[in-house]
Amino acid sequence: MRLACPHCGPRDYSEFRYGGDASKQRPPHGTTGHGTGDLQTWHDFVFLFDNPKGPHLEYWQHVLGCRRWFTLTRNTATNEVGEPK
Amino acid sequence: MSKYSAFSLARHALDPDLPWPRAWRSPEPKASYDVVIVGGGGHGLATAHYLAKNHGITNVAILERSYIGSGNVGRNTTIIRSNYQMGANTGFFEHSLKLWEGLSHDLNFNCMVSQRGQVVVAVSPVQMDVFARRGNIMRLNGIDAELLDRGEVMKLLPYLDYSKDARWPVCGAIHQPRAGTARHDAVAWGYARSADMAGVDIIENCEVTGFAIENGKVTGVETSRGRINAGKVAIAVAGHTSHVAKMAGLRLPVESHILQAFVTEPLKPIVHHVVSWGAELFYLSQSDKGGLVFGGHIDGFNTYTQRGQFAKIRDVAECAVSLMPFTSRVRLLRHWGGIQDMTPDGSPFICKTPVKNLYLNGGWCYQGFKATPASGWTYAHTIANDEPHALNRDFSLDRFEKGNELDEFGIGNWTYKQ
Repeated sequence: MRLACPHCGPRDYSEFRYGGDASKQRPPHGTTGHGTGDLQTWHDFVFLFDNPKGPHLEYWQHVLGCRRWFTLTRNTATNEVGEPK
Repeated sequence: MSKYSAFSLARHALDPDLPWPRAWRSPEPKASYDVVIVGGGGHGLATAHYLAKNHGITNVAILERSYIGSGNVGRNTTIIRSNYQMGANTGFFEHSLKLWEGLSHDLNFNCMVSQRGQVVVAVSPVQMDVFARRGNIMRLNGIDAELLDRGEVMKLLPYLDYSKDARWPVCGAIHQPRAGTARHDAVAWGYARSADMAGVDIIENCEVTGFAIENGKVTGVETSRGRINAGKVAIAVAGHTSHVAKMAGLRLPVESHILQAFVTEPLKPIVHHVVSWGAELFYLSQSDKGGLVFGGHIDGFNTYTQRGQFAKIRDVAECAVSLMPFTSRVRLLRHWGGIQDMTPDGSPFICKTPVKNLYLNGGWCYQGFKATPASGWTYAHTIANDEPHALNRDFSLDRFEKGNELDEFGIGNWTYKQ
């Protein structure tokens, strides 16, 4: 698999580090000051995965290159990768 | 269906025109069953076997999307062992190993269980301390374990790198003599034949496309061969658990990852044990055909493609050569990939679900094959009694919200987050 780094162009996937699902929204902290917010919301954010068989928006970092983080859409059924953003 | 025996073998040998009967029937699905098992892999087949054997439930169908043996039961590295040290894992995997020990007789099918022993090589004195602790926990639970010093490892595994400049010096090892390997295809065929003889319908090429759920209770499944009603539905599709459970409205702590396995050209017998390594996740054994069968970590990003990446082939080959220098000139014959459920803590699920009469078996991470007998045994108990057995009570879906994770090695799907 080859990924296109927005800065360095197409490179072998082994130069990259995978960062997981980029469609997840980090929940807000609570307002009580000790701040973990709603436990169920945090449980769902940390432990549950959509794990789709198909298009998946995800983070990658060009860790052995320019170290830039970016997102792209990859089809998990075929490993076909889209354009980086 | 006739019983396999020395007598039947002789009879067929003397009369070549006498065909061996098919090992299981190919029935048309009935309109309704007491229990429908989704997934005809090792765990689904074992579940059907123990539902019939332990609980007398035989009005059961197994729905397999492809053919029996096409999935992970035929894609693993065939290792069986019970060297776990955390809570529920210890008892569960030891129960599994005990079932392995009697499996060929139980199924009347030669599963070629070979208790050749597993040696995990330690590469630092600190790791020897860790192994001593693990061995003590195992022995306190009645499981066999022994600590080997460097000299004993040299006798047992003379082909490791013992040179002065070895990158990872061999300090010793932990040895479980009762661990070993089993013939993975025979396990699938043996469980399938046994379940079929008990009256279970094994329906191949039948994909489940949806669940019929009324008032929070499952009443049947939609399949590529029509609707099938069911009193209870049991999911056992590890690798595709999220995909199938989503049809029932469930979102799970599971990600699908690819694990590759490798086999070399056949060699004369040299590796007489299952050998694992303390420096990296790496495990190797020699098959009866002579090939070295080995594997390592998952590739590291969620995917459903059964094709691995070259970088991982290189990593695992480096492990092999570091540990066993003689492998540097051995040619790789084949490599393949299997899709496995990775859970955040690396432990499985055998449990009820929020949907009534719908049960879940999945999240097997690296350890699905060795768990097959105990997984089927406890899953059958859970389905028959509508509550888990003591052995699988901790493999529940709600363990993360309750803080009861079973993070044995901490190698769930977090590898890419560390």
